[in-house]
Amino acid sequence: MSYIKKPVASHPSAQKNALGLTLRDYEGSMSTLCAGCGHDSITASIVRSFWELGTEPHTIAKMSGIGCSSKTPAYFVSGAHGFNSAHGRMAAIASGAAAANRELRLIGVSGDGDSLSIGLGHLCHAIRRNVNMLYIIENNGVYGLTKGQFSASADVGTKSKKGEANVMAPIDPVQLALTLGATFVGRSFSGDKAELVPLIKAGLAHEGFAIIDVISPCVTFNDHEGSTKSYMYTRKHLEALTPIDFVPEASEITAPERASGGLMEVTMHDGSTVRFRSVHEGYDPTNRISAMSYLYERQQKGEVPTGLLYVETGRPQMHTIMNSIDKALATLPFEALNPGSAALEKLQRAYR
Amino acid sequence: MTLSVAESATPAKAAPLLPLSVNDFAFKLANANGTGSASANGLIMQAIFRMGIPVSGKNLFPSNIQGLPTWYEIRVNKDGHTARTIEYSLMVAMNAETYARDVKEVRSGGYIVHDSTWPFPNALRRDDVHYLGVPYAQMCLDNFAGARERTLMKNIVYVGTLAALLDMDMAVVNAMLDEKFSKKPTLRDSNHKAIKLGYDYAKANFECPLPLRLQTMDKNKDSILIDGNTASALGCVYAGATVGVWYPITPSTGLMDAFTAFCEKYRTDAETGKKKYAIIQAEDELAAIGMVLGASWAGARTFTNTSGPGISLMNELLGLAYYAEIPAVVFDVQRVGPSTGMPTRTQQSDVLECAYASHGDTKHIVLFPANPNECFHFAPKAFDLAARFQTPVFVLSDLDIGMNDWVVPKLTWDDTYRPDQGRVLTKEQIEAGGKFMRYSDDDGTGVTSRTLPGVTAKGAFFTRGSGHNSKGVYTEVPDEYQEIMERLTRKHNSAKTAVPAPIVEKRQDATFGIVTMGGCDLAVREAIAILAGKRHQADFMRVRAFPFPDEVEAFLNEHDVNYIVEQNRDGQLTTLLTVETGVSKDRLKKVLFYSGFPLSAAAVANFIMADREAM
Repeated sequence: MSYIKKPVASHPSAQKNALGLTLRDYEGSMSTLCAGCGHDSITASIVRSFWELGTEPHTIAKMSGIGCSSKTPAYFVSGAHGFNSAHGRMAAIASGAAAANRELRLIGVSGDGDSLSIGLGHLCHAIRRNVNMLYIIENNGVYGLTKGQFSASADVGTKSKKGEANVMAPIDPVQLALTLGATFVGRSFSGDKAELVPLIKAGLAHEGFAIIDVISPCVTFNDHEGSTKSYMYTRKHLEALTPIDFVPEASEITAPERASGGLMEVTMHDGSTVRFRSVHEGYDPTNRISAMSYLYERQQKGEVPTGLLYVETGRPQMHTIMNSIDKALATLPFEALNPGSAALEKLQRAYR
Repeated sequence: MTLSVAESATPAKAAPLLPLSVNDFAFKLANANGTGSASANGLIMQAIFRMGIPVSGKNLFPSNIQGLPTWYEIRVNKDGHTARTIEYSLMVAMNAETYARDVKEVRSGGYIVHDSTWPFPNALRRDDVHYLGVPYAQMCLDNFAGARERTLMKNIVYVGTLAALLDMDMAVVNAMLDEKFSKKPTLRDSNHKAIKLGYDYAKANFECPLPLRLQTMDKNKDSILIDGNTASALGCVYAGATVGVWYPITPSTGLMDAFTAFCEKYRTDAETGKKKYAIIQAEDELAAIGMVLGASWAGARTFTNTSGPGISLMNELLGLAYYAEIPAVVFDVQRVGPSTGMPTRTQQSDVLECAYASHGDTKHIVLFPANPNECFHFAPKAFDLAARFQTPVFVLSDLDIGMNDWVVPKLTWDDTYRPDQGRVLTKEQIEAGGKFMRYSDDDGTGVTSRTLPGVTAKGAFFTRGSGHNSKGVYTEVPDEYQEIMERLTRKHNSAKTAVPAPIVEKRQDATFGIVTMGGCDLAVREAIAILAGKRHQADFMRVRAFPFPDEVEAFLNEHDVNYIVEQNRDGQLTTLLTVETGVSKDRLKKVLFYSGFPLSAAAVANFIMADREAM
């Protein structure tokens, strides 16, 4: 993966966040993806989300696998450690990092090949463990670096650049996540920053595994007529189902309840609030079964609902399930870990 | 109720008698697995251990849960030779299915203890062994209720029989039962009853003791009885490991089971009940090593335990760890390969796979413990080496070491020990320094500075398995790529002086060398004693780590002929020695045993003797 260093210059009048940092402070190196790549728009939304949240860059850990999408952690928050690992293994590696240091704010960026083929098993199990992280799939339906093969998320009938139609059924990461018990499931479109930024912020605030499937057209290999992941097709078929606002700090704890006018609030673990405006009467993003059934019906009609599709707060994350201490295991002093020679002597009485 | 008429228990008259042998014989117990025999057999071994006699027990079990044949071998040897031997003076034949082969294995003049509730098939009788029939099934039917208890107690009854036949110290046996069942009085009473039934029957019906006798010694007062998996786990606890990740696989499972138990005991916060450790059962070995890398990258001492098939799966990420320079500790409890192979049999066949795991040019540090005591001490060593050299370290144990109980010197711990964290920069060091460059070899040691996530933005860098230069930045520039690869070679070679040195034992007038590794240790030492008795004097070297310290090459060059004894088909240690030292391969002769059972001294000695005499 190549990248180009950005000039270090920022305008004196640039707006600052609570930490006194500008948007530029959350950027990374220059992207080397194709001009117009959907992934770069997602990167911009990630940059804005962290900046708006006022997250300290060094507390972030950026995880990825291999592929076009997996390059992107180099393009945001250069003050954070990044781990561009191996194809499909990001969920496992991120789970390990989460185990060692629960204080890290983990963001994983993956693609449809990385997550739904070679790394499908790891994704499923990270969901099951409810690892505390935000997992973004930059979903374009093709393998870009190897020049345009269908991925597992390609829709039946969608056409490759050469004109061949895909015949195998797609794996839908949203339905998959819902089936596996994911506690935060969203979908969006790379070109819709207004929807994506609050969604990413909410995903970062969520305690547990948050997954956002972002349709991100591949301008080089999957943006032609006949593709169901092109800019044109996506803009036509997406339907903003639950436009949301993200309010960082709630003044009071509110239980999920439907307010008048289709407005609904969910309080996140850190006290922030997500406000939904449900477009469709009866869509309840806190009801897994009705959400699954609604999404399935829409999908059959060729529509792709977007927004925060499902959220469940209060389910224990991996560390809560394991009942591990509140501090990072990686920083525990040796003295707190070693039982000492006297204990060894005593223990060995049982080995006689 | 009578199951059948018990046949006469009189020994076959024609059979020769064994000479009296005190604390120097071996016997074998043949059972069906899943019947509770394992704990009864362990009880016998433990009793002999407590009598202060050098002893070993080898569980030869099938990859199965219930019903298939399983054997347990016990060897006592007053001189401390406790490698496996195949000279059985007595067989407890409790499995009719394997009578035929069990009877064949007993030495002439030896004894066969069997269940005489049913007649022993005449076709299988030998006239040079003694048959000691005990109506075990009938006795259990008469004395215990319920099928499960009757099955279990049959094992304990034969322990009682053996106690009488071998002159075991009954006070020791009874004390063990009291300890074992201190919280289960009903079971304790049943066990005492069963022991007594077997003991009394033998006393009443046979001339006890046989010429095979146990006599109390004082050889074990500073020893413990422990398996290698438990000892490795304890070593991980003492090393300060906080994250353990694994995928269940025989024969390594016991390691994480033990780590879990020790952590519950020593690492639970007294006030909150919260855990100062994380144990994750991964979805597969790909994930297990992935989580190790993630956790280790984030700064925790982390390990995984597996066996050969797991290492095969881990190859991909082991290369990432090597190239991105992330510490990782992997315990490989070897079993018989290739493929699924024989999961419950032992071998040393992952040597090359571990030394060179992954695609591309890779080389790893590998440690070869010989027994549970070394497993314990190599654990902190492995974490220290992994941290210091920022690379994967393998601890290559095997099924025999990992799953069998061994008598080893008591484990000791130096309270002044502190983990070697390697070159991990603190927040202050990062902030006081210049621009952080992850792979810059500023002091020429080959080891570069690391930073951990979550510390400070100035130390941030992008870890990658793709080509990178000394700054940690992506590169496809040939010189920059090669600079890193050359440094990795230097770094690997520099570990030679940090890994455990070989154990070398020289004899006067030695004319050749014998070299081995790991669990072959005891058999090879005993073979050297046997050979010395036949006037073939050999020097001994046990290799304990790769990369090989210089002493290894020096030893090989001192001898025109070095026999390399190892448990695999192709001579993997021999190959590694040939490739990684300057020694001529004409000096090396392979001595290979790889059937899956632990090595015996006789096999080694016979092979070498034949070769010496043919020269």
